[in-house]
Amino acid sequence: MIQTLAFYLFAALVIASAVMVIMARNPVHSVLWLILAFFNAAGLMVLVGAEFIAALLLIVYVGAVAVLFLFVVMMLDIDFAELRAGFVKNFPLGIAIALVLAAELIFGIGAYQAGQLELGVASGVAAPALDASNTASIGAVLYRDYVFLFEAAGIILLVAMVGAIVLTHRRTENARGQQDISRQVRRNPDEATVMKQPEVGRGVDL
Amino acid sequence: MDYATSFYFTATEIGLSLCGLALLLVAGWQGNKSARMVTIISVAALFGAAIFSIGLFDRATGEVAGRAFGDLYRADAFGSFAKVLIYVAAAAVLIVTPRFFERIDAYRAEYPVLMLFNAVGMGMMVSATDLMTLYIGLEMSSLSSYVLASFLRNDERSSEAGLKYFVLGALASGIILYGVSLVYGFTGSTNYAGIRAAFEASFSTGALFGVVFVLAGLAFKISAVPFHMWTPDVYEGAPTPVTAFFASAPKVAAMGMLLRMAMDPFGGEADAWRQIVIFAALASIVVGALGAIGQQNLKRLLAYSSINNVGFIMIGLAAATPGGVAGALTYLAIYVAMTIGSFTALLMLRAPDGTNLETFADISGLSTKRPALAWSLLALMFSLAGIPPLFGFWGKFVVFQAAVQADLVALAAIGIAASVIGAFYYLKFIKVMFFDEPTREVEATSPVSHWVVLGICVAIMSPLGYLLTVPLGEWTAQAAASFVAAM
Amino acid sequence: MHPILLIVFLPLLAALVAGLTNKAAPSVFAKAITTGALFVSAALSWPIFLGFVAGTYEPTVVPVLKWVQSGSLAFDWALRVDTLTAIMLVVINTVSALVHLYSWGYMDEDPDQPRFFAYLSLFTFAMLMLVTADNLVQMFFGWEGVGLASYLLIGFWFRKPSASAAAIKAFVVNRVGDLGFMLGIFGTYLVFDTVSITEILAAAPGMSGATIGFLGYNVYTMDVLCVLLFIGAMGKSAQLGLHTWLPDAMEGPTPVSALIHAATMVTAGVFMVCRLSPMFETAPVALGLVTFIGAATCIFAATVGTTQWDIKRVIAYSTCSQLGYMFFAAGVGAYGAAMFHLFTHAFFKALLFLGAGSVIHAMHHEQDMRYYGELRKHIPLTFWAMMAGTLAITGVGIYHLGAGFAGFWSKDAILEVAYGRGTELGNFAFWMGTFAALLTSFYSWRLMFLTFWGKPRWIESEHIQHSVHKTPEEAGEDTTGGYHPHESPLTMLIPLGVLSIGAVLAGQVFAPTFLDDAAFWGSSIFYNEPLIHAMHNVPYLVKYAALIVMVIGLVVAWYAYIKDTSIPAKTAEQLGPIYRFLYNKWYFDELYHYLFVVPAFWLGRQFWKIGDVGTIDRFGPNGIAWVVEKGSVGARKFQTGYLYSYALVMLLGLVAAITWVLF
Repeated sequence: MIQTLAFYLFAALVIASAVMVIMARNPVHSVLWLILAFFNAAGLMVLVGAEFIAALLLIVYVGAVAVLFLFVVMMLDIDFAELRAGFVKNFPLGIAIALVLAAELIFGIGAYQAGQLELGVASGVAAPALDASNTASIGAVLYRDYVFLFEAAGIILLVAMVGAIVLTHRRTENARGQQDISRQVRRNPDEATVMKQPEVGRGVDL
Repeated sequence: MDYATSFYFTATEIGLSLCGLALLLVAGWQGNKSARMVTIISVAALFGAAIFSIGLFDRATGEVAGRAFGDLYRADAFGSFAKVLIYVAAAAVLIVTPRFFERIDAYRAEYPVLMLFNAVGMGMMVSATDLMTLYIGLEMSSLSSYVLASFLRNDERSSEAGLKYFVLGALASGIILYGVSLVYGFTGSTNYAGIRAAFEASFSTGALFGVVFVLAGLAFKISAVPFHMWTPDVYEGAPTPVTAFFASAPKVAAMGMLLRMAMDPFGGEADAWRQIVIFAALASIVVGALGAIGQQNLKRLLAYSSINNVGFIMIGLAAATPGGVAGALTYLAIYVAMTIGSFTALLMLRAPDGTNLETFADISGLSTKRPALAWSLLALMFSLAGIPPLFGFWGKFVVFQAAVQADLVALAAIGIAASVIGAFYYLKFIKVMFFDEPTREVEATSPVSHWVVLGICVAIMSPLGYLLTVPLGEWTAQAAASFVAAM
Repeated sequence: MHPILLIVFLPLLAALVAGLTNKAAPSVFAKAITTGALFVSAALSWPIFLGFVAGTYEPTVVPVLKWVQSGSLAFDWALRVDTLTAIMLVVINTVSALVHLYSWGYMDEDPDQPRFFAYLSLFTFAMLMLVTADNLVQMFFGWEGVGLASYLLIGFWFRKPSASAAAIKAFVVNRVGDLGFMLGIFGTYLVFDTVSITEILAAAPGMSGATIGFLGYNVYTMDVLCVLLFIGAMGKSAQLGLHTWLPDAMEGPTPVSALIHAATMVTAGVFMVCRLSPMFETAPVALGLVTFIGAATCIFAATVGTTQWDIKRVIAYSTCSQLGYMFFAAGVGAYGAAMFHLFTHAFFKALLFLGAGSVIHAMHHEQDMRYYGELRKHIPLTFWAMMAGTLAITGVGIYHLGAGFAGFWSKDAILEVAYGRGTELGNFAFWMGTFAALLTSFYSWRLMFLTFWGKPRWIESEHIQHSVHKTPEEAGEDTTGGYHPHESPLTMLIPLGVLSIGAVLAGQVFAPTFLDDAAFWGSSIFYNEPLIHAMHNVPYLVKYAALIVMVIGLVVAWYAYIKDTSIPAKTAEQLGPIYRFLYNKWYFDELYHYLFVVPAFWLGRQFWKIGDVGTIDRFGPNGIAWVVEKGSVGARKFQTGYLYSYALVMLLGLVAAITWVLF
């Protein structure tokens, strides 16, 4: 009973905050709503017994991604009025399409005739749960069965990185913060540090 | 699961990835000085991968049909055929690339590396027998494509092209992912064989929705109408070698992926999706043909031309028979050669100061200044229009034949009628090149590398190409048979 | 290798070589190769013919190639050699070889000689194909081949509008006949289930009296078939109704007229009727029609011939008239006599045409007889050749002496057999033929007198005026205008000589064979033994009828054109309407103009303006082009360049797809 109640609470909040992500006037607010949505999603994961994923959601998505996102949004100079103008103009059509699609999906998938809510059990035709902890299971799947995809996903991230660098990084001679790695690595304590013994009440002369 | 066998089957992906990583290090250390060397090694690697794929062609059909990592990936005749096309196309494009960027000093060593990773992704796309493999391959290819499209980051059009491609591509990826989740939800499997088995047991509306979403997302990748809108803008804006690449290898990959998807997991439910494919095919042919008329920019025109050609390839898919698949593959092979030839010719069109020419006004009277180039373009354009003595006709012939044999006579008839519209703008090329007065100076010579690529493409398109009909027929038939074997 | 293969295919080979080299080689090359080929063919033809005359040669069929195997329809390329073919072979090849030779001189100044000689040889090949055909389809091939070659040759001077028009006219009028022939072939295949001539002729007697539904009526099968086939023959042989092309065809070079419009192509119809004579014998109605049309053409053409001024047109109408003789001979059942007249006619008519060509050549391309006169003294060799031809065509000969020119033997035989047939149509044909013989004599001698006797009237001719650079006023009393006609070169005189021999002797030598030798004909035609007996037993008056009318014609012509040259003008004035009727060729051209040409043009214009431009073009090509143009503008406008509209289209497409599969 309490589980059911929790499910509906989390589910409703996920949907509501997702709607608010789109509807919020201020992008910073949107990101905050997004964080709320992540929290609730984590709650849903706990309900079905996927604690590891719930933890990942909190740590990675809320802790890292969303916060980074927040910073980005805060730093970008976005003209809200202009955005909104386009939004209002296309709003009716967009809503109409969304409604039609939603109606068709609900009707087509037959969500209205879904059965009783079952939480905490592996159901349907999904693969049976391994006889191990969440973390161990995911590890086994990720590094054994799907190692190929896992590595490929790594390359995707690499491509994204390369892409970002290629498109944005400009090598200029006198730019600030230019990093000379070899020089950095070559450094040793003898060159880099000097021992000084300043007297009390006086600064150090370098 | 036998890792050794799996590694062997996926050797092209692994090899190209390792090569890409190594070259990335070279690029990182040596900077742009190494760009040429990196390009040459990449071309060699791509050709090596193509040769290795040829080696897998026969082996992979017999035994367990080349399954790797459980059944995430399958190295079969179909995959090999598509991969040879992809790798060779990518290599050919790479050969004619550096000169374009070097003029404006914009060539960077990361370019060939991104091409390599792109090729890895495309290889995964055509060999994927699991929705997850498919998605990861797709993203790997797409992501590097977005970067390539905006590679001239100081050029507004290039940046715009990259951004548009990225945003719409992300939307398409979202659609595919949504479809994948629906399919997984209703079948309980992301594996093609599993999906097929589940569909045979029961095929619900929800699963159908999943299929439609996935196919719609894939339609974006092959730029079929109505998911084609990005194509003209991106093709026009992207640097010409990148456009040449987009129009060739990724088309093969996306089409291969779509063919496998439609024939293997969704193959049992062909009646459910055939109507959509037929509509998309006809719409692509007509919109591609109509849109191309009146274009002044040749890259934009070729973009519409590629939409048009995708329509013809989809006729083979609509047949949903091994013959149809073989026809589509034949068409793809011919299409790739025609496209690379056309774009290579376009790259060879430069003003004396080295700027690339890309409008109709620039090629008027070309026959008097660059007769060989003009005649090559003539052969390619006649071939694209499907005029008989040239090999382009054969591609159209086989897909229409497949359609007729699958009792889609009306589709074939409309397709043939619509191809007449397409002939208009291909013939406009000829008219402008041969019958108009020359208006501007063009660079008088082109490097040998470009001539070699163009020469090979034109030779394939010439009536000599008909020598290929028999082997091409055998290869595509065997490739198409890999689905039957999987069933 | 059977010589017939060489005979038939050498001309084709020569035509190909000459036509393809065209002007690449000196024209003498094309001339030599075609003429050489034809002389070889002619030389090979005579032994075959003489073999049949001597009775030592057996009919054979020489297979060449498989052609069509389709269900029960099967026929091959095969060359049939029998008596009928042998006669045609010597006629065609001899005349053609001589015409080739003659053209060396006649066409000497023409820049397109290789083309001309190639056409000539091509024509000869087609004609040979026609006469050697073993089945109706092959015959049709030859039939159309000669039609084509005739078109090319009549229009040889295609830069001259009148020649071009004449060529088209010949082709179109022939198509009308060809339609009949085609329907005849279709019908024959329908009835007999074969197109092999041998099989058809063998089966024909069994079909006598059979009926078939045709146009809603129940009619005799054989009559329908034979009438259809005869319509084809009428077209090719210029019989009344479909004759209008022949006089116009004189626009072609004169050697062409001699070859095609005297000796060969126009006789194809007669040949076909004789070839299919066993079929026609089972079709009394059709035979009646053949007789009637033949007799009518005979008299019609002769009347028109008396009024024409153009020397070639007179001979053309004469040809038309002589073909009428052949047809009514066939119509009354005397196929041998018809073929005999064909044989002799080929010689003397080719002679007359070539002689006329020689005259024209001498008179600086003037063809109007009013501007000739006194040429006897200037071109004596041509004159004597023409004289031989005229004596032959007018049928000079005396029965009791058993001697006469070629025309005497064949024409007399035809008149006698028509009389001897004893039927009403036979008598009609006899009287028509006799009257036509009178007219023939009149216009032939008129031609001779106008051309070779009297005073020179040359200066009236514009051609001569151009030649001597004088007007009639300047010339004054000297009606020659100072022009000197010159005799033709040797290449033209040799054919005249050879043909003169034929015109004089062909009848004398071959009459017994053609008329009385049943063994000679074998099974190649239907040979009516009793009819030949009846022919020999007609009254003497009938046997002398031709001679009598010939003398009358001669005297009248002499009186009118030598004795008192004012008579023709006076007569023409007195008989105004009749003269104009005849002079305008019975108004056939005008009649056809209003009956067929005008309505056809009207209908064509309707189809063009309303049907083609108004409907097909408007909704077809032009309409589609309009739609495409609008569509391309729409497709470009659709491409706004805004991301959100692209995304919108994608989503709309997705929703549409979902909606589609849902419902």
